[in-house]
Amino acid sequence: MSQKQIAGVTIDVNDEGYMTNHAQWNRDVAAALAKEEGIDLTEGHWKVLDFIDKDFKEKSAVPGMRRMNKVGGIETKELYSLFPNGPIKKATKIAGYPKPVSCV
Amino acid sequence: MPDDDEIKKVSIIVSRGSLEGVYPGLIMANGARMKGIDANLFFTFFGLHAIVKKKMNNIKIGTVGNPALCVPTPMGVGMPTWLGAIPGMSWIATAMMKKEMEKIDIPPVGEFVEMIHDAGGKIYACKATVDMFKLAPQDFCPQVDKVLTVGEFYEMSAGAQIIFT
Repeated sequence: MSQKQIAGVTIDVNDEGYMTNHAQWNRDVAAALAKEEGIDLTEGHWKVLDFIDKDFKEKSAVPGMRRMNKVGGIETKELYSLFPNGPIKKATKIAGYPKPVSCV
Repeated sequence: MPDDDEIKKVSIIVSRGSLEGVYPGLIMANGARMKGIDANLFFTFFGLHAIVKKKMNNIKIGTVGNPALCVPTPMGVGMPTWLGAIPGMSWIATAMMKKEMEKIDIPPVGEFVEMIHDAGGKIYACKATVDMFKLAPQDFCPQVDKVLTVGEFYEMSAGAQIIFT
């Protein structure tokens, strides 16, 4: 566990860079975290981030790929093109939630 | 972690046509893509059922000769193996397992193959099996990229970890 300065605020992160206190998250933090992953956030990215946010608040878990498809209305292809090389992992990190623990 | 210690590519062979034979390979291929690892899926022998339109959504648990089958739950009492041969047992076991899978969002085979393909995973069929089973291109689901010989499989597996299931 460590702290880091980003987008003008201090955030707590674990050793993999996932935020451990969601209260410290805001949209500017998200944009800065996305930059670190080499991603410029667009409307398409926000659709994914907002769904993760909404779903996590409901279920206390990061949605898996199928839930993204069926409930979030986000297609697999779209997700992989928005967040290449590990879409849910990356999107979750940017959304300020813990690393997904589901296998699917 | 240095780059050399990371898996970059996997080639997963699915050789069995039962539910418990098909899913591990699909889950591993999907899991690889979710981590940004390149994934090839190679279906051979009865594993080919997973990509044949007519068969892919009708894949069942093998209940005969499976000493690990338990009732009424997967961790319940061991079921006498001869009961597995009763007509309809495979159907019942499969229906129960599918219900549990649905709860944790593991998709049916057809949808799973599509998900892996959409995620950039490659889907291949084994040439020897295709010839042996007398299959034509139209028998396959549209996600099948190519029918490969074993030689071609090794070529496209260069640099990959090969996993046989």
